[in-house]
Amino acid sequence: MSDDQSLLSRRNALKCMAYGGAGTLFALSGGVFTPIDLAMAASDKYGAAKLGKPLFVQISDTHIGFNKEANPDVNGTLTQTIDIVNGMSAQPELIIHTGDITHLSKPAEFDLAQQLFTRLRTTEMHTVPGEHDTSDATVTEYFNRFGKASNNKGYYSFDHYGVHFIGLINVLQFKPGGLGTLGDEQLAWVAADLKGRSASTPVVVFAHMPLWTIYEPWGWGTGDADQLMSQLRRFGSVTVLNGHIHQIVQKVEGNITFHTARSTSYPQPVAGVGSGPGPLKVPADQLAAMLGITSVSVVKHPSSLALNDTALA
Amino acid sequence: MNIRRTQMLLTAAGMLILGAMEVYLPSVAETSDTAKIVAKDFMFNPTPLTVKAGATVTWTNMDDEPHTVVSDTGAFKSGGLDTNESFSYKFDKPGTYHFTCSIHPRMVGTVVVQ
Repeated sequence: MSDDQSLLSRRNALKCMAYGGAGTLFALSGGVFTPIDLAMAASDKYGAAKLGKPLFVQISDTHIGFNKEANPDVNGTLTQTIDIVNGMSAQPELIIHTGDITHLSKPAEFDLAQQLFTRLRTTEMHTVPGEHDTSDATVTEYFNRFGKASNNKGYYSFDHYGVHFIGLINVLQFKPGGLGTLGDEQLAWVAADLKGRSASTPVVVFAHMPLWTIYEPWGWGTGDADQLMSQLRRFGSVTVLNGHIHQIVQKVEGNITFHTARSTSYPQPVAGVGSGPGPLKVPADQLAAMLGITSVSVVKHPSSLALNDTALA
Repeated sequence: MNIRRTQMLLTAAGMLILGAMEVYLPSVAETSDTAKIVAKDFMFNPTPLTVKAGATVTWTNMDDEPHTVVSDTGAFKSGGLDTNESFSYKFDKPGTYHFTCSIHPRMVGTVVVQ
């Protein structure tokens, strides 16, 4: 990717934007996080830096352990992604991983993922699990490694640079035939967590499955997300970040901006195309353009966030 | 009791034993009965599946995407099954068992045990 960066032309940059790939940088801008293509953000001369201080980078759906035709080298594409982040002129202070760290919740997959993450120059990483991280029969492998932040509950919050971050878990308590679920206990915790917070506090909510219904037949949504949104509506700037669907889908509803990130592993079909949300096989030369990250920058004031999506190619 | 009569009785006893075995053998076949369900194209097939008590059902994932098999009541639960991996469960008690894939909860199925 470093070679590509030096050759990055406006045309290439536009191509990156068109395909949307490696990841997304988020910048706070005018009360809304603006996603910025990461390959562009990594290249200062295209103005990404003007969008503000990189606050964090969202990485999602790394699926370490996946080895099928859709991408036989998920370790390689994650490493490429990390190199893009490391190559940013100003390093993000945080990394947020929105789940599906592993493909099959195997100990060796988690170990390898953690080893690959050590390559990141930004060392502070916050995670939420995907359903692929909790598919072991005892649902312990993820929590043994990443459960400390949430006291093994899967949900937690923290403050950084004046922004309130809330990590949520919506991949347990599946109802057959249904969507993801937050559950009453977690929703009550959110209510207590938000109580007394100023409406001017920018809020970033991140969870694996979309917190808005993108496509119900494939379970691309969270059944009780409305109860969460009703608690968030009073805030002036809310950014909701998810993974799970391996492609960028965005929506703005009032002060709430919804954004799903690309995967670093393999693309998935557009909603409803094909038999289900499995790995999408694309020609090898198109793969990198369909993988990526999202980064978020703060523009002037924390109430202003800009999101930036970046493809691997 | 003469020798011939004893032989006849022994033969009769042997036939009884054989007869008992004939009754017993099919019941062995029943309890070791096996049935298969595949997960393919994000569907379990066949469903509902009817088996006799004591049967072992094997689920095999034929998709590129992992699936799990999780009983609604917690009676059985597989880990994540990669492509071509299988999970088996022996159904000892009659009843209706609903299951789902925890990764893709729209994938549901039923085993009816008689």
